[in-house]
Amino acid sequence: MVVVIALVVVVVGSILFHLLSPWWWTPIASNWEYIDATLVITFWITGFVLTAVILFMAYCVWRFRHEPGRVAAFEPENRRLEIWLTVVTGLGVAAMLAPGLVVWKQFVTVPDDATEVEVFAQQWSWSFRLPGEDGRLGTSDAALVGPDNPLGISPFDRFGQDDIIIESDDLYLPIGKPVKMVLRSVDVLHNFYVPEFRAKMDMVPGMVTYFWFTPTRIGEFEVLCAELCGVGHGHMRGYVQIQEETEYQAWLQEQRTFAELWEERRVRTASSDPEQ
Amino acid sequence: MANIPYRPDEQVPPAEVPDVHPPHPHTWIGRWVFSQDAKYIAIQYSATAIAIGLVALVLSWLVRLQLGFPDVFSFSAEAYYQFITMHGMIMVIYLLTAIFLGGFGNYLIPLMVGARDMVFPFVNMLSYWVYLLAVLVLVASFFVPGGPTGAGWTLYPPQAILSGTPGGQDAGIILMLLSLILFIIGFTMGGLNYVVTVLQARTRGMTLMRMPLTVWGIFTATVMALLAFPALFVACVMMLFDRLLSTSFFMPTLVEMGEQLSYGGGSPIVFQHLFWFFGHPEVYIVALPAFGIVSDLISVHARKNVFGYRMMVWAIVIIGALSFIVWAHHMYVSGMHPYFGFFFATTTLIIAVPTAIKVYNWLLTLWRGDIHLTLPMLFALSFVVTFVNGGLTGLFLGNVVVDVPLSDTMFVVAHFHMVMGVAPLMVIFGAIYHWYPLMTGRMLNEAMGQIHFWVTFIGTYAIFFPMHYVGLVGVPRRYPEIGDPAFITTPVDGLNAFISIAAFIVGAAQILFLFNIAWSARNGRDAGGNPWRAASLEWQTPQTPPRHGNWADELPVVYRWAYDYSVPGAPEDFIAQDDPWVQQTAPT
Amino acid sequence: MGAANGTNMTVILAFLVMIIALALWWLLQQGVMSKPWLETGPMDEAAGRSGFPVERLGLGVFLVVIGSLFALFGSAFIMRMDLEIWPSLTLPPVVWINTALLVIASIFLRLATRRSDTRRLTRDTTIAGLATGGFLVGQLLAWRELQVVGDGLASGPAASFFYMLSGLHGLHILGGILALGVLIARSGGDPVRTKFNVGLCATYWDFLLVVWIGLLLLFMGLANQLLDICRTILT
Repeated sequence: MVVVIALVVVVVGSILFHLLSPWWWTPIASNWEYIDATLVITFWITGFVLTAVILFMAYCVWRFRHEPGRVAAFEPENRRLEIWLTVVTGLGVAAMLAPGLVVWKQFVTVPDDATEVEVFAQQWSWSFRLPGEDGRLGTSDAALVGPDNPLGISPFDRFGQDDIIIESDDLYLPIGKPVKMVLRSVDVLHNFYVPEFRAKMDMVPGMVTYFWFTPTRIGEFEVLCAELCGVGHGHMRGYVQIQEETEYQAWLQEQRTFAELWEERRVRTASSDPEQ
Repeated sequence: MANIPYRPDEQVPPAEVPDVHPPHPHTWIGRWVFSQDAKYIAIQYSATAIAIGLVALVLSWLVRLQLGFPDVFSFSAEAYYQFITMHGMIMVIYLLTAIFLGGFGNYLIPLMVGARDMVFPFVNMLSYWVYLLAVLVLVASFFVPGGPTGAGWTLYPPQAILSGTPGGQDAGIILMLLSLILFIIGFTMGGLNYVVTVLQARTRGMTLMRMPLTVWGIFTATVMALLAFPALFVACVMMLFDRLLSTSFFMPTLVEMGEQLSYGGGSPIVFQHLFWFFGHPEVYIVALPAFGIVSDLISVHARKNVFGYRMMVWAIVIIGALSFIVWAHHMYVSGMHPYFGFFFATTTLIIAVPTAIKVYNWLLTLWRGDIHLTLPMLFALSFVVTFVNGGLTGLFLGNVVVDVPLSDTMFVVAHFHMVMGVAPLMVIFGAIYHWYPLMTGRMLNEAMGQIHFWVTFIGTYAIFFPMHYVGLVGVPRRYPEIGDPAFITTPVDGLNAFISIAAFIVGAAQILFLFNIAWSARNGRDAGGNPWRAASLEWQTPQTPPRHGNWADELPVVYRWAYDYSVPGAPEDFIAQDDPWVQQTAPT
Repeated sequence: MGAANGTNMTVILAFLVMIIALALWWLLQQGVMSKPWLETGPMDEAAGRSGFPVERLGLGVFLVVIGSLFALFGSAFIMRMDLEIWPSLTLPPVVWINTALLVIASIFLRLATRRSDTRRLTRDTTIAGLATGGFLVGQLLAWRELQVVGDGLASGPAASFFYMLSGLHGLHILGGILALGVLIARSGGDPVRTKFNVGLCATYWDFLLVVWIGLLLLFMGLANQLLDICRTILT
C-alpha cells in the first residue's frame, strides 16, 4: 500500500511542482518563441506519458499485489497490443520531432539581411567586432594574435580596416534587426550563451561557428560561457545591450576602428621598445 | 501448444561442448587472490568498483556543498572542477561499467547459461588485475602535484591539456588518459570472455532464445563495448600524443594567455566525434544490462513470465545497433555542420520507440501478476519511475532545437543523472538484494533494506527532479557559483540548498547499505537454495553459494525458457529451467 | 563546410555496418523468431554446434576489436585530412622491404599449419618469426630515415599519423610474437596442438597484414583519392 501511495505522490508532486513552483524560464528577448513552443509541446506529451505510466504501475501494484490464493496469468505476448502500442508511441515521437525539425530548419537558415557580428572569446573574456561601413568583416587568423593585434585581424585585408573593435566591453545591438553571430575562439572551447535569447553555440578554436537571432526586447542581457573553458569559466561574463536604432548609432560613433587602434598601438609599442 | 515431445526414457543428446573442468587452485593465493573463478573475480570487480564509487560519492558531496552553500563552503574553482571531473569519470566508467559487466557479467553469465566458468579463466583473471591497475593509476592522480584533471569528464581538448585547466599541464591529465587506456585493455580481456562464453559455452538445451534477458542485456552491452571502447582508446592515445609529443591531432593554432603555442592544424571537433562515438553507446552499455536485469527481477517477483520476451530481445538488439548512429546528438551546439542536426535528431527519437516498448512490457508483466513487494521488486519499480522520467527528458535534449536552450545547463545534468545514474543504480541495488542470497547463502536484512530503499528512491527523486528546473531557469552546468545574474527571476539558492541536503541524506543511506552487506554475510537469515523460487538456471546449482565449477558431475540440461512462472497445470508456480516437466494435455 | 567540420566517420561506420549485418544474419540463424514458451524439451541444439573451437572464436572477436580500433584511427585520419590539405608523406623505401617481410611471415605461418612433421613446422614457424622480427627492425629504420630527412613526429599531420599508427601496429605485431612464443611453449611438443596454435597465429598475422596494407594506402594518399571519387559519384 505504501508503495502505491508513494508512486501517486511522486506523480502528483511532480505535476504540482511543475505547475506551482516559481522556477521557469526567463522571459524571452529574441525571435525564438518557436523554440519555447516546441518545448511546451514536449512538456505536454512527456508529462502525459510520465503520469500515465506511473499511475498505471501504481494501479497494477495495488490491484495485483500478492494475496493468498492469487495466481498470475500466463501471458507470453499479445501481438496486437504490442503493435498498437508501438504505433501510438511512434506517433507521439513524430509529434515532437516534426515541429522540432521545422524550427531547426529556421534556426540554421540565416536570413539574407542579417548583419554579421563577430564574438571573440578567449580565457576568460568576451570581445566583439562589427563590420564597418563596407558591411563586411575582414579576415582573421589566430596566428596573427599579438599584443598589438589582440583579435588577430589581418592588417592587409582592406575589409578589415574599418571593422569596429570592442575589447572586453559591452556589445550594443539594435532592436528588431536580425544578427548573425559569428563566433571565434583562439584558445579553448567556449560557448556564447545569453539565456534570454534561447540560442547558443560553441566557439571552437580553428573554426568559425555561427547562429542567428533577432533581438525583440530592449535591455541589458548577461552573456555567460556555457562550455567549460578552464578555471575562470564561471567568471566569464559580458553584457549585450539591446537598444533602439538611434541610441545604437550614437554608441557606434564612439567606437574605434581596427585601423585606428592598429596605428595607435604600433606607435606605442615602437616608442616603448628601445630596441626598435 | 507445439511441445517438442519429451520422453523420459529418451537419451539426452550428447554434450557437444566438451565438459571442461576448470583448473582447481591448490594454494591460498591461487584461491583468494589470483583466483580464476569467475564468481570470485566478480566479487573482486564489484568490491573494487564500490570502493572507488565511494570516493566518487564523497566527491559528489563536496560538489553539493559548494553548490548548495557557496557562502559557507567555498572551494577554489580548481578544486571544484577536479571534483566534478573525477566524480563523473569514476561513476560512469569505473563504477557503472565495471560493476555491470565485470561484476554481474562475471557472476551471472556462466551460471545462467549453464557453464562451469568463463571460457578463458586466466584472461578473465588478468582482466580484473588490469582494471585494478587502472583504478590505482586513477587514484594516484589525486596525489601528484597539481592534482587530478579538472577538464570535465568529457576531457575536451584543447582545454584538457592547457594550463588554464587543473592538471592540464601537470600529470593529472596524463594519468587520467593512461588509466582509461588500461581500463579499456582490461575490459577487452573480460569482454572477449563474456561474448565467447555466451556463444560457445551454453549447456545443452540452452538456445539463445531460452537465455534470461539478463544475459541478453549483458551480452549485447559487451559486444557494443568491444566496438565502442576503441573510440575512446583512439581519442586517449591521440590526446596523449598531443600533450606529450607536441603533435597537433586535436590542436589548431592556439594563443594561450597571449602566447602563441606551437600547435596548428588540428581540430577539437575530431576529438568530440571520437569521444561521443564511444560516449553514446556507453550510455546503453550501462542501460542494457540494467534493462535485462530489471526484466528478470520483475518477472520473478511478479511470478509471471516476461511479457513479450521476443520483443524484449529484439528491442535490446535494435537499441544496441541504433545507438551507434546517434552520437552527434551530444554535439548539436558544438559547431558541427548544422544539417547533421536533422539526421541525428531523427535517429535519436527513433531509439525512443524500442525503449518505450521495453517500458510497456515491464508494465504488462506486472499486469495480472502476483506482485510480491520484496526489496528487489521495490527497486525494480523505482527503476521504472526514474528511468521513464530520465528517458522522457531525453526527448527534450534529443530533439535538436529544444536542446539548444537546454544544452550545457543543469537540465542536462539532471537528465543524465536520472537516466544513467539513478536508474541503473536502482537496478544494481535491486540485483544485489536479489542475488546476494545466491552469493552468500544468506538474506540481506529486510529492515535496513527498507530504510535504504525509501531514502534512496524518494531522496534521489527529490535531488534530480527539481534540478531540471534549475536548468530550465537557465543556470549553466559546471559553474561553482552562479551569483545573481539578471536572467534568474526567482533565485535558485533555496532549491540548490534543498538538493544538497537531500544528496547528503541519500549518500548516508548508502553507508547503511554497505553495512547491511557486511553484517548480513554473517548474521543474515539462512536463504536456502532458491529463496525467490526463481526458474532460471543460476538458482538450480547443487550448492548455495555455488562451488568452483558451478555444477555437479554432469552439466545441467535445459528443457525450457527462463520464464515458466504460473504455468497453468504445473505443480508449482514456477518450473525450473532444468526441470523436464511437461504438460500432459494441450491447453485450449 | 561539411567536410571542413570534420564529421567524416565513413571508415568506422562502414566497418560497423559490416559487423552489425553479420551479427544480425547470425542471429536470424539462431531462431530469434521462435516462441520459446511453446518449445519445451531438450532441444537438439547446443552452443558449440558450429564446431568452432573457443580459441578460434575468441581470436575472431579479438580481431573485430582490433579492426574497430584501426577503422577508428582511419576515420580520425580522414577527418583530420578534411580539415587541411597536407602533402602525403614520402615513405622511406625501407617500408617496402618491411611489407615484403610481413608478407613472407604470413605465408610461412600458413605453410607451417599445413606441415605434418614437426621439424618442418618448426622451421617454417622460425622463418616466419625471423621475418616478423625483421619487419619490426625495418619499421624502426623507417622511423630513423624519416627523422633524418626532417619528418619528425611533430613535423606535420602526415608524419604524426605515420609514427603513431605504425607504432601501434608494431606493438600489435610484438604482442603477436610473444603470443606465438607462449603458445608454442605451452603446446608441449604435441604436434596437433602446435599446429592448431600456429594456425591461430597465422590468422592474426594475416589480419595484421591486411591492416598494414590499409594503413599504407592511407599514408600514400590513395584513400584520399578514393574518397574524392566517391564524392564525385555522389554529387
